[in-house]
Amino acid sequence: MLATLVIVFREVIEAGLIVGIVLAATQGVPRRSLWVTYGVGGGVLGACLVAAFAGELASLFEGSGQEIFNATILLLAVCMLTWHNVWMAGHGREMARAMKAVGVEVSAGQRSLAALAIVVGVAVLREGSEVVLFLYGIASQGGTSQSAMLLGGALGLVAGAGVSALMFLGLLQIPAGKLFSVTAWLITLLAAGMAAQAVLFLQQGGYLQFLQSTLWDTSWLLSQDSIGGRLLHTLIGYSDAPNGAQLIAYLATIAIIMGLTRWEHARHPRGSQIPKPA
Amino acid sequence: MVRVIAAVLALAFATPAFADAPIPVTLQNHRFTPNVIHVKANRPFAIHLFNKDASADEFDSSALKVEKVVSGNSDGIVRIRPLAPGKYPFMGEYHSATAQGVVIAQ
Repeated sequence: MLATLVIVFREVIEAGLIVGIVLAATQGVPRRSLWVTYGVGGGVLGACLVAAFAGELASLFEGSGQEIFNATILLLAVCMLTWHNVWMAGHGREMARAMKAVGVEVSAGQRSLAALAIVVGVAVLREGSEVVLFLYGIASQGGTSQSAMLLGGALGLVAGAGVSALMFLGLLQIPAGKLFSVTAWLITLLAAGMAAQAVLFLQQGGYLQFLQSTLWDTSWLLSQDSIGGRLLHTLIGYSDAPNGAQLIAYLATIAIIMGLTRWEHARHPRGSQIPKPA
Repeated sequence: MVRVIAAVLALAFATPAFADAPIPVTLQNHRFTPNVIHVKANRPFAIHLFNKDASADEFDSSALKVEKVVSGNSDGIVRIRPLAPGKYPFMGEYHSATAQGVVIAQ
């Protein structure tokens, strides 16, 4: 039961933190819960599909199918996060007024929501498929008490959702004027971390075989296995032993998002100062 | 210029031939055999994991920076980057009570 609890908790927290950031970043946008629900629902469905076809998926691309798939969906999420941040840079003011006037710009905000729903879906799909495979494995063994497994899974789910909710509520304590600026930064770092993770998967798949040596090792300070290390890994892409290619992907993603954000911001001179991660 | 970019891309995305054959490792009854793997330091290598169990498991190691799901009664290649000398524990995440092992790079 404990093993089930730990694994479910771990995966739920990783997806939950991302959902929390998305919810905080879309404060005041109409119909956002609907989109987030789509994202979670699609993610759960996708997770079951991925788990069901794990074998077939793995055998693609000369045995690197799983790595390519993981890298692809991570990069998709990076693009969606980038797009959202850049969109916010141009439309932050309308966002701030969204409660009062539901105009053309706000309906354009639905597109940004769709992008974030994809991010939520990807996060749930990645972490969820591991949970499904794990639970299926336990269930198919028989022997182990099924009720203990269900209890462990349920407790893990509740605990993971609880921690994610705490983080979301914590974000909401930030004054409204600063909230978008904080979430813009969070989304930037989230995207950078995902890009670095995608590089790791590509290397594992046999691609991008350069700058692979470990740059530094901070596992003595904060191990990636610890709860804190895991949380930071999900949130800002913390790695206790990154390699050169990962670092380049991380920094390049931040630079690209900041560059595009400034450019978009400059195109909307009367736009709000709010979402500017720069 | 285009040719240079094409060459760089081809290099980046070409699946490289591994200098060394993958090291075969079997997972059975949720235990790795061998569970101690010696490799040369500073040299990329790969583990060919044969999962003889009916259920899937995830070869997972934060020290090695890899995670790979291998379905039941199936096999998979786990590619690992060049390692500095040291010990790197790994596990089968879904059965971590028994599925434990370590890579020793020298």
